[in-house]
Amino acid sequence: MTKELFEEHVATIPATQEPPASPSAPRRMTLNMGPQHPSTHGVLRIVLELEGEIIIKADPDIGFLHTGIEKECEQKFWQQVVTLTDRVDYLANLSNNLVYALAVEKLLQLEIPPRAQWMRVMLTELSRLNSHLVWLGTHALDIGAMTVFFYCFREREDILRIFEMFSGQRMMTSYIRIGGLALEPPRGWQQAVGKFIRAFPSKVDEYEELLNANPIWLRRTKGVGFISLEDMLDLGITGPMIRAAGVPMDLRKTQPYSSYDKFDFKVATHTDNDVWGRYRVRLTEMRESANIIRQALEGMPDGPWRADSPHVLLPDREKMKTQMEALIYHFKIVTEGFRVPKGEVYQCIESPRGEIGYYIVSDGTSKPYRVHMRTPSFGNLQGLPKMLEGILIADSIAALGSMDFVLGDTDR
Amino acid sequence: MNHPAILEMVETLGETTLIADPAQVVDLCRYLREREKFVRLSTITAVDWYPAEPRFEVVYHLHSIENNRYLRLKCRLSGATPEIDSATGVWRSANWYERETYDMFGIVFRNHPNLVRILMPLDWEGFPLRKDYPVHGNKYGYGNE
Repeated sequence: MTKELFEEHVATIPATQEPPASPSAPRRMTLNMGPQHPSTHGVLRIVLELEGEIIIKADPDIGFLHTGIEKECEQKFWQQVVTLTDRVDYLANLSNNLVYALAVEKLLQLEIPPRAQWMRVMLTELSRLNSHLVWLGTHALDIGAMTVFFYCFREREDILRIFEMFSGQRMMTSYIRIGGLALEPPRGWQQAVGKFIRAFPSKVDEYEELLNANPIWLRRTKGVGFISLEDMLDLGITGPMIRAAGVPMDLRKTQPYSSYDKFDFKVATHTDNDVWGRYRVRLTEMRESANIIRQALEGMPDGPWRADSPHVLLPDREKMKTQMEALIYHFKIVTEGFRVPKGEVYQCIESPRGEIGYYIVSDGTSKPYRVHMRTPSFGNLQGLPKMLEGILIADSIAALGSMDFVLGDTDR
Repeated sequence: MNHPAILEMVETLGETTLIADPAQVVDLCRYLREREKFVRLSTITAVDWYPAEPRFEVVYHLHSIENNRYLRLKCRLSGATPEIDSATGVWRSANWYERETYDMFGIVFRNHPNLVRILMPLDWEGFPLRKDYPVHGNKYGYGNE
């Protein structure tokens, strides 16, 4: 960046030059927070203007992690894009896989068998738990409760082991593909998921025991980071943030996808609309997610784990050795991909952070014409200045953490 | 929905798309927000149909919590003067989405409070998501596709 441009950008928040009225009066200063600040959880830069310890103005600067994923999507076959969606939000990669797969399936008008749908629900709920656990651990670490971090990462490790069992990968699973799942569910997955889910509710009790009556935690979260509901709607904030303001906006309930309507769960809401409220909402969501996973485990339907659509999905190895058509399809799908009918679609689902929506345009070829990702972190981060202005700089860490953004998700 | 700016209304795959006159888009947005209860703006983006004309489509996705429905609003802009009025006066969340669309496509949003690049560096040349923008850069001499 050239010097002039840099100065021009910094000059958007000029530090006042006038001398203070009295020597003891608070002086204004401009403070650069990030992009390497540990509690921004990524590369977020915020230019803060302070008067004493009060934040007068906050200006987030994003884009440090921009990797051009949307442009890259236009160069890949439809199925190859799945691996890119993993990298968008690296804590909820299965939600990203799912929303992309749902959007393309809508364009293809593919029917997904119930077993695959339920499996998708179970896995995205596990990834919601994973994301909330990372959030709780790091948020508590920021505020000063270090023990919670170790507790949360202990359970997260179990979830990552389950992901590894299913897909061979701990984080970048790419397990949900267009037309179903990437692989057949592994032998013994019921035992692994069952063992985890039976123990999990007591683990949530442990976190609550550590935090709910902890005076430091209460003092640092209650009444901090308030943002009015009108502002939230106007600024496009979604997810646990808006549910903590009392709006039961959850796309799993309002626009059910992937047979979420067959599950019995409650939408967690709270009315405090502060860091404490968001903490309560996310903890209740963890319990509800565990509840959904248990229902999925108990009622998992039998049947195929991917759609019956030979022109989209690779054939079985056995069929390839005996049937000529299967071999032809295999060759065609591998070398030139499959075509998706012309059209456009906007599919949105509830990710752990809020509404994640993919707007996909197809021009009838084997590559997407345009993939736009409406990511919850980008939407939520826009409300950051509103939330930070007027609060103490020490509280900004708690307020930032309660947003639970992922910078990869913001910058794409 | 009845507004003079609506040119066409299409239903595809269970989704409603309005094609609107770009000159009156702010008026239409205000109408949709106040009369049709689309209190949330989900996202703004664009599609580049290069070399066809009109080249750009600016796409708005609106959400009504009360009626539990989504709406897509599209405005077609020419490639020579891709300019449209900013919707920041209707939804404040339009701010960053319009900056991103400007950053990626070079579409100018008139009356925007701070129309500067948001994801790319401030001194970047060109608009990456345009179809005539190369995938592999040649600026640093590694290939010229």
